[in-house]
Amino acid sequence: MGDSRYSFSLTTFSPSGELVQIKYALNAVSQGATSIGIKAKGGVIIATEKKLPLLTDESSVRKIEMLTDNIGVTYSGMGPDFRLLVKQGRSKAQHYYRFWKEPIPVNMMAKEMANIMQEYTQSGGVRPFGVSLLICGYDFRGPQLFQVDPSGSYFQWKATAIGRGMVAAKASLERRYSEDITIDDAIHRAIRIIKSGFQGEIDENNIEVGMITEDSGFVTLSPAKIKDYLEETTLA
Amino acid sequence: KIQIFCHQMSILQHNGSSVIAMAGKNCVAIASDTRFGIDAQTIAFDFSKVWQISDKLFVGLPGLLTDSQTFSEKLKFRVNMYRLREEREMSPRVFSNMVASLLYEKRFGPYFVEPLIAGLDDKNEPFISGMDLIGAPVLAKDFVLAGTADEAMFGMAESLWRPDLSPEDLFEVISQTLMSAFDRDAISGWGAVVHVITPDQVITRTLKTRQD
Repeated sequence: MGDSRYSFSLTTFSPSGELVQIKYALNAVSQGATSIGIKAKGGVIIATEKKLPLLTDESSVRKIEMLTDNIGVTYSGMGPDFRLLVKQGRSKAQHYYRFWKEPIPVNMMAKEMANIMQEYTQSGGVRPFGVSLLICGYDFRGPQLFQVDPSGSYFQWKATAIGRGMVAAKASLERRYSEDITIDDAIHRAIRIIKSGFQGEIDENNIEVGMITEDSGFVTLSPAKIKDYLEETTLA
Repeated sequence: KIQIFCHQMSILQHNGSSVIAMAGKNCVAIASDTRFGIDAQTIAFDFSKVWQISDKLFVGLPGLLTDSQTFSEKLKFRVNMYRLREEREMSPRVFSNMVASLLYEKRFGPYFVEPLIAGLDDKNEPFISGMDLIGAPVLAKDFVLAGTADEAMFGMAESLWRPDLSPEDLFEVISQTLMSAFDRDAISGWGAVVHVITPDQVITRTLKTRQD
């Protein structure tokens, strides 16, 4: 990673004990598009806002990706950094399966992603990743939702939001979250929150939703399905 | 100092050992002889080739006994780290896969052991498996065995084993299989130890055998 001239870490402590590079990375995340994760009864959903410049082919942009059959991930922050992490995460998952012949549990996947991100805060010649991840999955421990930050910290959530609109989103989630929420309700809630924070006219190409349940495996909803959900939120 | 016999066939026959694992109804058993020898000489008669990995998981490691010892320690290390890291017990199936992976990592300079794994999973279902020294696994429903008396053990096991053996019957069957087989093998024997694993407990018995 870098030649010998950059074998020192660029992430160093300030006198006050802060790693400012990580703080700035978190700033990059807070400027990114809002992403939401909600753990429902029997599954987890993640949703993200996809606001792209005019004339972009939105169908070609994927902000929600699959890591394994039963684990999905989305992000807020820098798209290219997300792409790299997805690639490395998929590789770690396959390495795990190759050695143990067992699919990687969700918490171990979150741990692996967190360890990758932490490495980039303590290695020579690299900068931290400018993304926070929301990882959703289903395994023998049931549905789980994790957030992973540029520092390498990771947290398990019942519901959370990251990115631009996280403050309003989290307030809304805190007000009305219950552990018995159905997947359907969770999707409605997430779409409603993204819609309320969206600047301008929103349509089914501006939101991506991914979900995982015990039976389904990780899937992303088609724009047609999202359109239905959107229409239901305007009626309500 | 390793003495070279003109008719020594393989490093796996340097020490001599016999191990067998069998499945019964909601129970498994694993047994080994207890001879520790170097070529023709017997050094000790209390060396079991079966190690306990966790409450209901045992591994038998016949073959070159220095590798048996070292490899069993490496396996315990891995299982302990897994328990701490993943916050769960390693299931017998995953343990078996790990052993196979670890052996294959040494494909061109292997551990000279032929592991047998016996245990009950978290639903108390019996699990047994065996593999060769480079990790080619076999998942059996009846029995697995390895060691210098393996061909004799196959004959006995095939005749005596039947499905759904109770823990007491399983003990009898596995003991008779092992003893009759290693009595025909010059470098196995000198005592035996049998572990029977049930959902409630593990019963370990030593067998009184011919001391030759």
